[in-house]
Amino acid sequence: MMRFATLCTKELLRFFKVSVQTVAAPVLTALLYLVIFGHALEGRLQVYEGVRYTSFLVPGLVMMSVLQNAFANSSSSLIQSKITGNIVFVLLAPISYVEFFAAYVLAALVRGIVVGAGVLVVTVWFVELRLEAPMWVLAFALLGAALLGALGLIAGVLSDKIDQLAAFQNFVIMPLTFLSGVFYSIHSLPPFWQRLSHANPFFYMVDGFRYGFFGVSDFPPLASLAIVAGFLLVVSLLNLGLLKAGYKLRS
Amino acid sequence: MRALAGVSLAVREGEFFGLLGPNGAGKTTLINVIAGLVRPDSGHARVMGADVAREYRRARRLLGVVPQELVFDPFFTVRETLRLQAGYYGLRRNDAWIDEVMHHLDLTAKADANMRSLSGGMKRRVLVAQALVHKPPVIVLDEPTAGVDVELRQGLWQFVRRLNRDGHSIVLTTHYLEEAEAHCQRIAMLKDGRIAALDTTRNLLGSFSGLEVRLHLDRDGLPAGLPGRVLAADGTQFRLRLANPADLEAALARLREAGVTIREMEVHPPDLEEVFLRLTGRPS
Ligand SMILES: Nc1ncnc2c1ncn2[C@@H]1O[C@H](COP(=O)(O)OP(=O)(O)OP(=O)(O)O)[C@@H](O)[C@H]1O
Ligand SMILES: [Mg+2]
Repeated sequence: MMRFATLCTKELLRFFKVSVQTVAAPVLTALLYLVIFGHALEGRLQVYEGVRYTSFLVPGLVMMSVLQNAFANSSSSLIQSKITGNIVFVLLAPISYVEFFAAYVLAALVRGIVVGAGVLVVTVWFVELRLEAPMWVLAFALLGAALLGALGLIAGVLSDKIDQLAAFQNFVIMPLTFLSGVFYSIHSLPPFWQRLSHANPFFYMVDGFRYGFFGVSDFPPLASLAIVAGFLLVVSLLNLGLLKAGYKLRS
Repeated sequence: MRALAGVSLAVREGEFFGLLGPNGAGKTTLINVIAGLVRPDSGHARVMGADVAREYRRARRLLGVVPQELVFDPFFTVRETLRLQAGYYGLRRNDAWIDEVMHHLDLTAKADANMRSLSGGMKRRVLVAQALVHKPPVIVLDEPTAGVDVELRQGLWQFVRRLNRDGHSIVLTTHYLEEAEAHCQRIAMLKDGRIAALDTTRNLLGSFSGLEVRLHLDRDGLPAGLPGRVLAADGTQFRLRLANPADLEAALARLREAGVTIREMEVHPPDLEEVFLRLTGRPS
C-alpha cells in the first residue's frame, strides 16, 4: 500500500508542481473552444429540445478535457521517465506491476478530474446548465478518466520516443475525441457517420456524461456505461499483461 | 548479440567484491540481471537466496543499486527524491537514516535544492544515497566515482567501507583500478561477457604481475644466479622483474653472498592495471 501510495503521490506531485501547464492551460483551451464555437454556432445548431447550443457544448468540453488530460498524464510521465532513464528508480524497487498500473492510472484519473472540474467551474458562468443526474456525471467522468489513463499508460509503454507518442495522440486520441459528439449531437449526422460514431468508444463517454446534465442522450446511458466499463476492463487487462511481461521496460 | 555468456559467480555475504573489465565487457548488463532490469534468456540470479524473478520483492528489498547512468527526476529536490525512494520500498518514516546518508555523502547543504540544479558529481552522490535509503544488505555500485571529486571519493569510500564493516556486502565496478585494489577482497574480470579471471585480489596481483625491482649497485654487472629476469642494465643500474614477492628475499641474499653493496633500491609493487591489461588486453 505504501509503495503504491508513494508512486501515486509522485505522479500527482509531478503535475501539481507544473499546474500552470497541466491544469490552467487546458482549462483556458476549453474556454476558448466555448467562446469560439459557442459564438459561431449558437442558434444555428439545434441539438436537444430546449437546450441551447452553448449549454450543450459545456459538458462535452468538460469531458473532452477529462479524457485528454488523463491520457496526457500517464503517457507523458512514463515516456519522460523512460527517456530520461529515471524509470529505473521505480523498476529497482519492490513495486508490483499491479501497483505500478494502479498508481499511474489513479494519478491520471485525478488529473483528468481536476482539469474537468476546472473547466466546469470556469465555463458554468457563461451558460445555464442543468444537473439532472449527478451520479451519471460522476460515473462517466471516473470511468472515462480511468480508461484514458490506462490507454495513456499503454501508449507510454509502447513508445520509445516522444514523436511516437505524439503520433498516437494526434492520430488516435484527438480524432476520436473530436468525432465523439463533443461539438454536435450525432443525431444530426448522416446515417453512415452515425453508425461510424457508434464504433467510437469516446462517443459513449461523452454521450453518457452529457446525459447526467440534461437527462437526454443519443444512446441509453446504462448501455453506454457498460460499454465504457467493458473497454476499461479490456484496456486494463492488456496493460497488466504488458507490464507483467516487462514489455519495453525490462528488456 | 550476446552480452553475457556462461557467467557464474557467487559473492559471499559481507564481501567487498570487484567487477572489472573493459568498456562493453558486460558489467552493467550483469548488474541489470541481478537488479531485475534485464531478463536473461537463460540462467538465473539470486540475492541472498531470493530469486530475482520469482521472489522479486524480497530480492529487490535486499539490493541497493547505484546505476552507472547519471539519472534523476527533475521535478524534485534531493530530500523529496530520497523520501520517494524510501516510499517505493514501503518505508514511511526513515528521515533519520536519510539525514545520516545525506550527511555522509555531504549532501545536507543541498537537501532542498532541485535535482536539476545540482552538478554532475552532486547528482552522483544522490544516486548513491538513493541506493541506500532502504539499508540494503547488498549494495551494488556501478562506477560510483565516475566524475566525482577527490574529496567525495574519499568520503564515499569511508562510508562504503563502514557499511561493509557493518556487514553489508558490496559489489563494485570501476575503471579506477587502484580503487578496486584498495577495497576489494575478491575480483572478477569480465571480458566479452565471460569471466576472464576470478580470484582474491591478492592472488590476482601475485600470480600475474610480480614485482619490479630497481637497483643501484656499487659495481657494474650482476652476480650470476639471481632469480627473476633482467629487464634493463645500464652501468651500475639494473631493473629486475621478479615473479613473486618471495623471490625478493632470495635476490637480496644472493647479492649479499656475492659481496655486492646496494646503494639504492626501489620496489614497485604489483599493480592491478598490469593484471588487467594482461587478462583483458589483446595479446601483444
Ligand atoms: N540494451 C541493450 N541492447 C543491446 N545490447 C546492449 C544493451 N545494453 C548493452 N548492450 C551491449 O552489451 C554489451 C555489454 O554492455 P555493458 O553495458 O554491460 O558493458 P560494461 O561492462 O558495463 O561497459 P562500461 O565499462 O562501458 O560500462 C555491450 O556490447 C553493449 O553494447
Ligand atoms: Mg557499465
